[in-house]
Amino acid sequence: MLEELGTNDQGDMIINIGPQHPSTHGVLHLVITLNGETIKKVEPHLGYIHRSIEKMCESLSYRQFIYVTSRMDYLSSHINNHGCALCVEKGLQIEIPARAQVIRVLMDELTRLASHLLWWGALAMDLGAFTPFFYSFREREMINELMEDTCGARLTMNYIVPGGVMMDLHPDFQRKVKEFLRLFKSKIHEYDDLVTGNIIFQNRTKGVGYISREDAISYGCTGPTGRGSGLSCDIRKLYPYEIYDQLQFDEVIETGGDSWARYKVRVGEMVQSMRIIEQLIDNIPEGEFQAKTKAVLKLPKGDFYTRVETARGELGVYIVSEGGSTPYRIKFRSPGFSNLSALDHMSRGGKIGDLMATMGTLDLVIPDIDR
Amino acid sequence: MISLEGLTTLLQTWLQNTLGEPWAFAAESVLVGIAAITLFAFLGLALVYMERKVAALMQIRLGPNRVGPKGIFQTSADTLELVMKEGLTADGADKFLFNLAPFMVMIAAMLVLAPIAFARNFQIWDLSIGVLYVAAVSSVAVIGILMAGWSSNNKYSLLGAMRSAAQIVSYELSAGLSILAIVILTGSLRISDIINSQADGWWIIKGHLPVLIAFIVFLIAVTAETNRAPFDLAEAESELTAGFHTEYSGMKFALFFLAEYVNIFIVCAIGATLFLGGWMPFHIGGWDSFNHVMDFIPSSLWFFGKTMFLIFLIMWFRWTFPRLRVDQLLNLEWKYLLPISMVNLLLVTFMAIMGWHL
Repeated sequence: MLEELGTNDQGDMIINIGPQHPSTHGVLHLVITLNGETIKKVEPHLGYIHRSIEKMCESLSYRQFIYVTSRMDYLSSHINNHGCALCVEKGLQIEIPARAQVIRVLMDELTRLASHLLWWGALAMDLGAFTPFFYSFREREMINELMEDTCGARLTMNYIVPGGVMMDLHPDFQRKVKEFLRLFKSKIHEYDDLVTGNIIFQNRTKGVGYISREDAISYGCTGPTGRGSGLSCDIRKLYPYEIYDQLQFDEVIETGGDSWARYKVRVGEMVQSMRIIEQLIDNIPEGEFQAKTKAVLKLPKGDFYTRVETARGELGVYIVSEGGSTPYRIKFRSPGFSNLSALDHMSRGGKIGDLMATMGTLDLVIPDIDR
Repeated sequence: MISLEGLTTLLQTWLQNTLGEPWAFAAESVLVGIAAITLFAFLGLALVYMERKVAALMQIRLGPNRVGPKGIFQTSADTLELVMKEGLTADGADKFLFNLAPFMVMIAAMLVLAPIAFARNFQIWDLSIGVLYVAAVSSVAVIGILMAGWSSNNKYSLLGAMRSAAQIVSYELSAGLSILAIVILTGSLRISDIINSQADGWWIIKGHLPVLIAFIVFLIAVTAETNRAPFDLAEAESELTAGFHTEYSGMKFALFFLAEYVNIFIVCAIGATLFLGGWMPFHIGGWDSFNHVMDFIPSSLWFFGKTMFLIFLIMWFRWTFPRLRVDQLLNLEWKYLLPISMVNLLLVTFMAIMGWHL
């Protein structure tokens, strides 16, 4: 009977969470060892959605490979494209027009807002509350429409090209962004009423999935996961790209190290993103939206590395070029992979419900982990 | 005016005149059985529809609106779909227990209907220990849930069933103690006595603070007992996919689903009976003309109105709160609700001795 139930030598129950499971948000497979309801071990199994994006990129030109990366972390696809474009531009030493820089940063922050909104709803759903999801989608839908107007797509925007952006902003863009900001600000108190201030929600997240600053560093946690443990790791502040060094915004850092701290970091980041958008929306400089580039881009021989801050953390793009029109080797350092590696450390000793809260605040996007 | 009371009296007289005493009783039993099953099916459909509409209201959307006017036939269509689906039995499951479990849950839910007074003198069985009967029979459902979880040969189901057992057994204490508060004030376990004692004001109004506390504890405890969010740990779809009924499909799943809604109806009906006066219209002691006006509203409307109000509250909980964790759930019961209801019981007893409730 014990073997039938899938137990190990110590009599612990072994359960597969996934690959098809409501709260893994994709095809993540976790093998968890349980003693009663207490988690003794979490073992992530990857590979269910591996598409060998890095290998594919090697056979695509420097213009083309950027769009494949939209399919990595699909919730911050624009920022992925941005990281890749920055790397190519670094190699070619292209000067990007000021207008393109502002547009890129605006879109980055809108993407970050959309991603955090989705995370907010999905986290509440993982904790058993369905309604917040609809509220966050109400606002996220407006961002998606903004994206659709300008880029023609809602999720995988493919808006960035080496040297700038693909086309100019939609004439309605500024007006719609302002309207979105006004509406979002009038609705944001609903978010606090419904979730942040809820005593059940606080009990479910406080002290859950704790990771210390030292452990966060050694696991390579970045983004809100690292900042929730008091680790200053915002690439926008530490290694500013585009115009981030000229903008006024705060790096949101919490020192709790638990799910509640990570929650507060992300909610704080939404406010900071709005601050950035507000600074830029009335100050989009006139001019070209794209620098003049050659038809066929050829990076000089050598290694190139850039990093950007996606909604989930640090995305590193590493290109090795042999001087040809396609990259010789590409490696992405994706934030989700490192953050997931800390999941076992975070959830040991907790209950099954805690695992969901921890996974929810790690904000895993599986195609980002499994490239 | 046609009232349910008149209808039943008419039926009984006619049956007794045509069939004679023993056969009339048999015929009545059959009729009651048919009526109970019909009510069951209707309640299931109506409450699922109501749940979806309430959810839509909370979630800024429309809810079902395609099948029939305002989507009222949506749940019937869903039921038809479930009936036609194959009821799979999982490989390695204990077939007998697996197939028995949904009926256990269902029968337990049906039995509790017996002492509920739907309208003035409209009650299946007014037994002298009505409240005790309800408390006892409603806990039989946990056996069905345990059975389902154990026999499914599925680890999610097993975890869900174990959670459910711990939960129901714990929360029954609080629910029982808060019911006891009313029993002390009334001095009777009989449902009709409890309702009649509220002729000059419902207990929630004339029972002062202790009854209000008992009512709140009761509401929390029955939400947990029916496995509803925020206490839906037995199902917990984000943790255990579907908990104890993960392996069920087709009509067997539908029975669990139906039993959940019927259970909600029953606990809300009990709550309405004990605290809000059941079918008793809103009366204020001494205001005879006002009371007379209130009497014009049929008693069945009063009963269903109050019950629906409580059901709405429970649905409201579900679409607002996140789920508790299993240890927090048990902490809430054993560290907070149980001590509160015990102290509250002392208060009620003191109040009853001093006669402040009269």
